[in-house]
Amino acid sequence: MLYLIEQCLNGVQLGMLLFLLAAGLTLIFGIMDLVNLAHGSLYMLGAYFAATFADLTGSFVLGALLALIATAAAGMALEVIAIRPLYGRSHLDHVLGTFGLILFFNELVRLIWGPAGMTLSLPSEMLRAVQIIPGVYYPIYRLVIILVTLAVAALLYIVVMRTRLGMLIRAGASNREMVGALGINIKLLYTLVFGLGAALAGFAGLMQAPILTVQIGMGENILILAFVVIVIGGIGSIRGAFVASLIVGLIDTLGRAFLPDLLRAVLSTDAALTLAPALSSMSIYMLMAAVLVIRPEGLFPAASR
Amino acid sequence: MTERLLEVRGLTKRFGGVIAADAIGLDIARGEFHAVIGPNGAGKTTLIGLLAGEIAPQGGSIRFDGNDITGLSVDRRSRRGIARSFQITSLFSDFTALDNVALAVQAHRGHSFRFWQDARREAQLREPALAALASVGLTARADMRVDRLSHGEHRQLEIAIALATRPQLLLLDEPMAGLGPEESARMVEMLRKLKGAVTVLLIEHDMETVFALADYVTVLVYGRVIASGDPAAIRADRAVQEAYLGEQETSAHG
Amino acid sequence: MKAAREFYRKVVPASWLNPRAGFTAAVLAMLALVPLYAAATGDPFALTLFTRVLILALAAVSLNLIMGYGGMVSFGHAAYLGIGGYAVGILWKEGFASGFLQWPAAIAISALFALVVGLLSLRTRGVYFIMITLAFAQMVYYVAQGLDRYGGDDGLTIGQRSSFAGIVDIGNNTLFYYLCFALLLGSVYLVSRLVNSRFGMVIQGCRSNERRMRAIGFATFRYRLVCFVIAGALCGLAGALLAEHTNFISPAIMYWTRSGDLMVMVILGGLGSLFGPVIGAVTYLLLEEALSRVTEYSGLVIGPALLLVAIYLRGGIEGLFAGGRHDR
Repeated sequence: MLYLIEQCLNGVQLGMLLFLLAAGLTLIFGIMDLVNLAHGSLYMLGAYFAATFADLTGSFVLGALLALIATAAAGMALEVIAIRPLYGRSHLDHVLGTFGLILFFNELVRLIWGPAGMTLSLPSEMLRAVQIIPGVYYPIYRLVIILVTLAVAALLYIVVMRTRLGMLIRAGASNREMVGALGINIKLLYTLVFGLGAALAGFAGLMQAPILTVQIGMGENILILAFVVIVIGGIGSIRGAFVASLIVGLIDTLGRAFLPDLLRAVLSTDAALTLAPALSSMSIYMLMAAVLVIRPEGLFPAASR
Repeated sequence: MTERLLEVRGLTKRFGGVIAADAIGLDIARGEFHAVIGPNGAGKTTLIGLLAGEIAPQGGSIRFDGNDITGLSVDRRSRRGIARSFQITSLFSDFTALDNVALAVQAHRGHSFRFWQDARREAQLREPALAALASVGLTARADMRVDRLSHGEHRQLEIAIALATRPQLLLLDEPMAGLGPEESARMVEMLRKLKGAVTVLLIEHDMETVFALADYVTVLVYGRVIASGDPAAIRADRAVQEAYLGEQETSAHG
Repeated sequence: MKAAREFYRKVVPASWLNPRAGFTAAVLAMLALVPLYAAATGDPFALTLFTRVLILALAAVSLNLIMGYGGMVSFGHAAYLGIGGYAVGILWKEGFASGFLQWPAAIAISALFALVVGLLSLRTRGVYFIMITLAFAQMVYYVAQGLDRYGGDDGLTIGQRSSFAGIVDIGNNTLFYYLCFALLLGSVYLVSRLVNSRFGMVIQGCRSNERRMRAIGFATFRYRLVCFVIAGALCGLAGALLAEHTNFISPAIMYWTRSGDLMVMVILGGLGSLFGPVIGAVTYLLLEEALSRVTEYSGLVIGPALLLVAIYLRGGIEGLFAGGRHDR
């Protein structure tokens, strides 16, 4: 039971990280109609920047802050240099171009930081487990991730729903030409949105760095999960991304934790041993398949494109 | 073989807060040339979309040749004999005119799970396609890529494609939009030839054409049918004059 | 320059003097001569490299069928390379080393997977379709990683090449090379018949304007599904060949960047042309090989190059010859 709660919390944690990525992706797609495969690279940069700055400054928080700024800046620079020419082009061009960016960034990181990956250490205080409900212990840092990302999600909601920038974002998502015609500096808006997406991705990357990984190619793995989230939640919908992220995070975590045992109870030990790891990683794809059959446009489809 | 080819009852469609089709009722007899007119935004294209099967209604029914087709998909309706032309031309722009029409022929001649023979050499497909092109006067352009044809030729091709499916009912969505005087005259001639040969539902703004060709006219305003009858009766109808014909005198149209 | 090209095109018959066709012929001739070159220089490396080129060209041809002609941008095509390869590997591991069993199995299982994925994803369009095919391919990757019995992440070394009851010994590298070459040419021929047939017209029509296709009466889904399955099956064959060639199969062949590589080959060669994917594969793989000799960080060159291609080049390499008027 305690194990279940712990795994559920891990699932929520993964879900929240996924949300940060998916939200950025879906914003960029919704407003600029851009398929950005390099989003995972920004996630990776966030982690690497954090590890580097934390080393330099000796403080995790300071390192994280600097990394956030650096990633957002890198994202905006990327937008101006490499992404702008892709607006208005076919999605295939986007796929080709941003795929090239992934290769570039992976290689760049390997050049600058070496192939071995990095570690980001936390003050040992953070890794201590606290009792959140009687009998259940959970590491402080993981709790911090959940709470901070929830706060960011709330902040995102407020920005998108309650501020002028957010209004422009929502307007741009449903009618790009109109927003341009109103005299808003579309170019600047796009750069800011891209920077926002980059910041979210980088933030996710740096938050998970101490407990998960800082290595080349980390972006691609989680990007696929983010895609699954978007397909399930519906493209262009932040609310959909939020719900789907939680579902995907929970199912993936719980699947990996409990399916092997479940299979062992049902199948022979040999078969279970062979199939368990494979099947448990399949759970979210099964979920996606199910959603595709029942509701192909996603759970919360935004206005159709 | 039913007398009434198309029976529409209470057809309703809402887009958010906008009522695009408000309990539309309509009857079209076999062989009839039926025009639908109305101011811009009256829901005429929505009506075509509903009849063709692209838009699902929220209420009402459509009976075609005695059968309820309200739930049928676009392609199945086409196979039943309903063809449409698009207001904004929708063609295969990287193919030749002949290829375009041949595809329409192919859709109605046997199945297409044939993987080996060159389809462009099939006389079964070529001949009817050439005939359809001839009937709209595009024989000279048969081997030209569609993206090289003029706007008027696109419109002619739209009709040819629809005709190539040998339809019982032809839904024409503003076939004359954007045509110059010569091209318009040609289009009118073509429509005149169709009269009687195919059952036609025509949406058009050009009043002269409408009143010259139509057996019956339905007037649509804000998604509702406000009048329906023969051209003379419509001309005389007060409500129609107020809502629509009055506007027509002052608005400039091509 | 443009006038010169127009003049050339009018005067010179559109046959094998056509620059595009000439270039293709040159590439094919080069490919045909590789084993002779390898024998002459006594260096087997060229043979190994080009066998791989041929096999991936076959995979690219299969992807071009759905992507170039059918407009279905699948970002998960490398999955079939893996499925075909694992079919060969798993059957060998379980004691079945006959090519007559392994290769058809590779094709059949790939076709089956394509059927399932197609059923689930072909109702979606554009970005969704790209993401979904990507996700399913990655799923297969993870599943393969979990198959401890067959090597898991480390992969499976396949002890011997399949036997064909003595009819042909594919253990002979030169013979195997020409077999792959024959299969490549055969598949291009197959695609050429396919795309010009009634079926092909429907597929191309769906790419061009699916709304119109449905309006004239085609139940488009079933045709696209069949096309998707054919492409998957063909790529499964390529996967089997690859496993034979390297005597090895691992999940890495299905990693999504491999699917990206295939897409790049198809795009570089010009979408929707018969030999385009072959030229694209040859170009991409040779460039990759050449670059890796010059620098350890080839991605720094290839990455931006792909971006530039995406931004500036319409119609791919083949499109260069057509004056860039192809716009797909």
